[in-house]
Amino acid sequence: MKTTVLRVENLVAGYEPGLPILNGASIHVNAGEIATVLGPNGAGKSTLIKAIAGLVPKVSGQVCLGDRDITDVPAHRMIGNGLAFVPQTENVFATMTVDDNLRLAAGVMRSKSALVRVDELYGFFPDLARQRRLLAGRLSGGQRQMLAVARALIVSPTVLMLDEPSAGLSPKLVEIVFQKLLEIRATGISILLVEQNVRAALGIADRATIMVEGRNAHEGAAATLADDPIVASLYLGASKARLPATEARP
Amino acid sequence: MNPQFIADGLVAGAMIGLGAIGVTLTYSILRFSNFAHGEFISWGAYATLLTAGLIGYLAPSSNEGYGPFSVGWGVLVAGLIAMVLTGLLAVLLDRLLFRRLRRKGASITVVMASFGASMALRALLEFLFTSSPRYFSRDLQIAVPVVPGIRVTPDQMALLGMTVTLALAVHLILTQTHMGRSMRAVSENPALARVLGIDIDHVIHITWLLGGALACASGVMLGLVVQIRPYMGFDMLLPLFASAILGGIGSVPGAIIGALVVGVSEAATVQLIGAEWRAAVAFLLLIAVLLIRPSGLFGKRV
Ligand SMILES: Nc1ncnc2c1ncn2[C@@H]1O[C@H](COP(=O)(O)OP(=O)(O)OP(=O)(O)O)[C@@H](O)[C@H]1O
Ligand SMILES: [Mg+2]
Repeated sequence: MKTTVLRVENLVAGYEPGLPILNGASIHVNAGEIATVLGPNGAGKSTLIKAIAGLVPKVSGQVCLGDRDITDVPAHRMIGNGLAFVPQTENVFATMTVDDNLRLAAGVMRSKSALVRVDELYGFFPDLARQRRLLAGRLSGGQRQMLAVARALIVSPTVLMLDEPSAGLSPKLVEIVFQKLLEIRATGISILLVEQNVRAALGIADRATIMVEGRNAHEGAAATLADDPIVASLYLGASKARLPATEARP
Repeated sequence: MNPQFIADGLVAGAMIGLGAIGVTLTYSILRFSNFAHGEFISWGAYATLLTAGLIGYLAPSSNEGYGPFSVGWGVLVAGLIAMVLTGLLAVLLDRLLFRRLRRKGASITVVMASFGASMALRALLEFLFTSSPRYFSRDLQIAVPVVPGIRVTPDQMALLGMTVTLALAVHLILTQTHMGRSMRAVSENPALARVLGIDIDHVIHITWLLGGALACASGVMLGLVVQIRPYMGFDMLLPLFASAILGGIGSVPGAIIGALVVGVSEAATVQLIGAEWRAAVAFLLLIAVLLIRPSGLFGKRV
């Protein structure tokens, strides 16, 4: 049986009191897999991932990392618990150099080994090593995304959450970034990937959950979902297909 | 014109600069113009006066002028202790007042509250010490010529040296330490800073501690070259903001350079036009920057 490293149950959360965006979302990530969350614009994917990270207030529900309940852990303690997060936008410090971005993440760990880890990551991302003195704001879109990912890996997390790492990238760059995600999975880190780019995401993911209107509507192995008519109607069809939120689960 | 105004302006600029660093830091990290910052200057000066008095009581020789300087080691030690105390006062004010209002949202409320805090802190000083001026020392100092036409007192030279040291220290903290990187990170993107594991409340505390301590140093200098009185910090408020905005809000080197520009312009005006125009200079510079280059000399964003 697979162990679950991240489990979210019946999460209700939103930005303002009385206006929940998530209406009971449940997802999980198994050890060593890439789980992806897909869904149309405004479905609440970013809200879900931000709520898990502690950036959006939770009303009810539970988030567990391994067997630890992290529902009420403040955002800045998530890293210490082994949960890293790469936000969708503004995910690097543009006014700081590449090196300072990475050292900042290493400094949080307060240990010498974290600085060694910075060098390891330069080995893993050679492009960044060449541009370590450059201001992060001057990196290209793809390199920026790589920097954000590298910075999240400094702390050697158990789970890495990414919000649309493919946004704004050319198909070729998407391929390079996603290739890196496969390499990261190979090192034993489990990944929760939120994506709009359905084909690319299903291409590397082991399992996928589809979110509609703040709850998960559909779930299955990535390979089978790719041929699923419901997925097709959501993403490839012209009509605004509405999924009955509960019955749709296989 | 007599070049003496340059030396006088640089000394004034040094004192303004130490205060302006605090203004620029609290603004860039909390997005908040703290109009009570001048009071940290006054409170720092009085805290030093009291502590120096206490040290003088325990060790009478501490108050004798050291070498060519008008004050002894007692004031130096007292100043260092008072820097910590003033930093703690700033933290306390944030915990009791600003933080609560910040959590409720509206940023204009926090600015208004800083006006209120400023008045209360100043009134308290007047109540405790009356409005008559105090001095660290009544010794008269002889200004020595450094270059033809420019004379500087030993106290003033020491103050300039200390300002350079403190400004460099702050610069090194911001660029070379984890806390400094954290402060820059919070200033750019607080949410991302939290995601990285940075405790924002801790960063905010350190910011107040630093700003308060530097304001105290500025107050001690002002007390040494001019006098100590309850309004001393409040009267610095306009030059402080003019310097921070001129240098580009958020930039520490900018705040120092802005302050030197304000200080020298003030001194030049006093010499050319008359002392009654001094206060107008900072105001005119402020207006000019806001109209011509709102991001300041070194500013990245407004
Ligand atoms: N900071 C915010 N404050 C208030 N409401 C917000 C905020 N951010 C998002 N929302 C609202 O929450 C809902 C879900 O947004 P969310 O960003 O989670 O969707 P998404 O699935 O990530 O969409 P996309 O694919 O466009 O990134 C939207 O209706 C949006 O308007
Ligand atoms: Mg999103």
